[in-house]
Amino acid sequence: MYDIKNLYEPKSVQEALSLRKEHPEALVLAGGSDILIQIREGKLAGCDLISIFALDELRGICLEDDGTLLIRPLASFTDVVMHPLIQKHMPVLGEAVEQIGGPQIRNIGTIGGNICNGVTSADSAGTLKAYDAILEIASLEGTRVLPYAQFNLKPGKVDLRPGEILTGIRIPKASYENTYAHFIKYAMRRAMDIATLSCSVNVRLTDDKMSIDRLRIAFGVAAPTPIRARTAETSAKGHPLNEELINKVAKGALSDVMPRTSWRASKEFRLHLVEELARRATITSIEKAGGKING
Amino acid sequence: MARRTVTCTINGIHREYSVDVRASLSDMLRGQGGLDSIKHGCDVGECGACTVLIDGQPFNSCIYLAIWAEGKTILTLEGLSDKKGAISDIQQAFIDEGAVQCGFCTPGFIMASIPIITRDEVASRDEIRKQVAGNLCRCTGYDKIINAIEKTQHKRIEEKQAK
Repeated sequence: MYDIKNLYEPKSVQEALSLRKEHPEALVLAGGSDILIQIREGKLAGCDLISIFALDELRGICLEDDGTLLIRPLASFTDVVMHPLIQKHMPVLGEAVEQIGGPQIRNIGTIGGNICNGVTSADSAGTLKAYDAILEIASLEGTRVLPYAQFNLKPGKVDLRPGEILTGIRIPKASYENTYAHFIKYAMRRAMDIATLSCSVNVRLTDDKMSIDRLRIAFGVAAPTPIRARTAETSAKGHPLNEELINKVAKGALSDVMPRTSWRASKEFRLHLVEELARRATITSIEKAGGKING
Repeated sequence: MARRTVTCTINGIHREYSVDVRASLSDMLRGQGGLDSIKHGCDVGECGACTVLIDGQPFNSCIYLAIWAEGKTILTLEGLSDKKGAISDIQQAFIDEGAVQCGFCTPGFIMASIPIITRDEVASRDEIRKQVAGNLCRCTGYDKIINAIEKTQHKRIEEKQAK
């Protein structure tokens, strides 16, 4: 039995929003693979919950008329991995969330929960940041649209105000079109582990495949929240595909991050990983795009 | 505390239970369903000893609210036996391969392996390892478990091809 004080079970998003307004202290329960565990650990014992798990209107992945990829927040990690639209347009997101936990956790954990938790190690976060995801956030007053870049306020704290629920994650066509990407999770084990550091890179090459048109790079566990490395990105713009480019991205990333020492790894080791993972993920992304380094 | 009626299909039989809304699915299946193959190991989704199939996919029943089971089809290890109570090929393979020592993790491993042994393409040992990566065993060293799953998968594919 879980130590839950009150459990509310809305039958629709509308009802969930009313409950959010009525009970601002209650937590939103999606798949529960973080919240239920923290109740067991005692950290959240005695809390109030609004379970949205049964709201199928918040599930699913589709393509909108203008080509925008829409991921509903209750899509499980397995849903993301298996979905043909993700495999076609944004395979790197599936590759990233396939490294979460084990099969059982990927079946219950949701992509919305992963980003609303606000932790820097969320495996979907780097890739969604690197693709300029846009969030749809609903309340009884209406819907607001927020770039995911502005969502994380501090560790464990996101810009979800009282009465609000995340209802959609969108990737515009201009963001995913013609991009090739690679994600690396560095962890001690191959499953059931939290990233020591993670890096998600995506590139779009110029038509002649000789230089970078656009490169985007994001990291998990390299700062208090998942972050983009803007210096690295700027230095890559228009750059020919050579060794110097890879060095600029890797060194540039170092000036964008601020990792800390934790029991998992030291700051120094994380800085080493930032440089090395940036290098490897960039090289692989360029190769996937059909580019040749020093070609 | 509030109670709810949960209606679902468990091992092919339609069931209706009145549950405390704070109950986990493992609480309901073990406590009210009497299905003791479900083990409360870690109770936080790390060991996989409570694995059941919900609509064909493995879930940790310890971190799944009982009320979420409404309308679902659930399969536990007890549901693998035939009508006379004879055990299934995957259970027999665990015995034959020495994949059972203390046995606490066995039901969870077997349930987690079902998506692999029911598929038509041969799975590599790496794929099998990935499929049971959410299950812990402190006795066997895993190799014999992988052997049992691999053997059952091959056997089932051969049987299908022979038909």
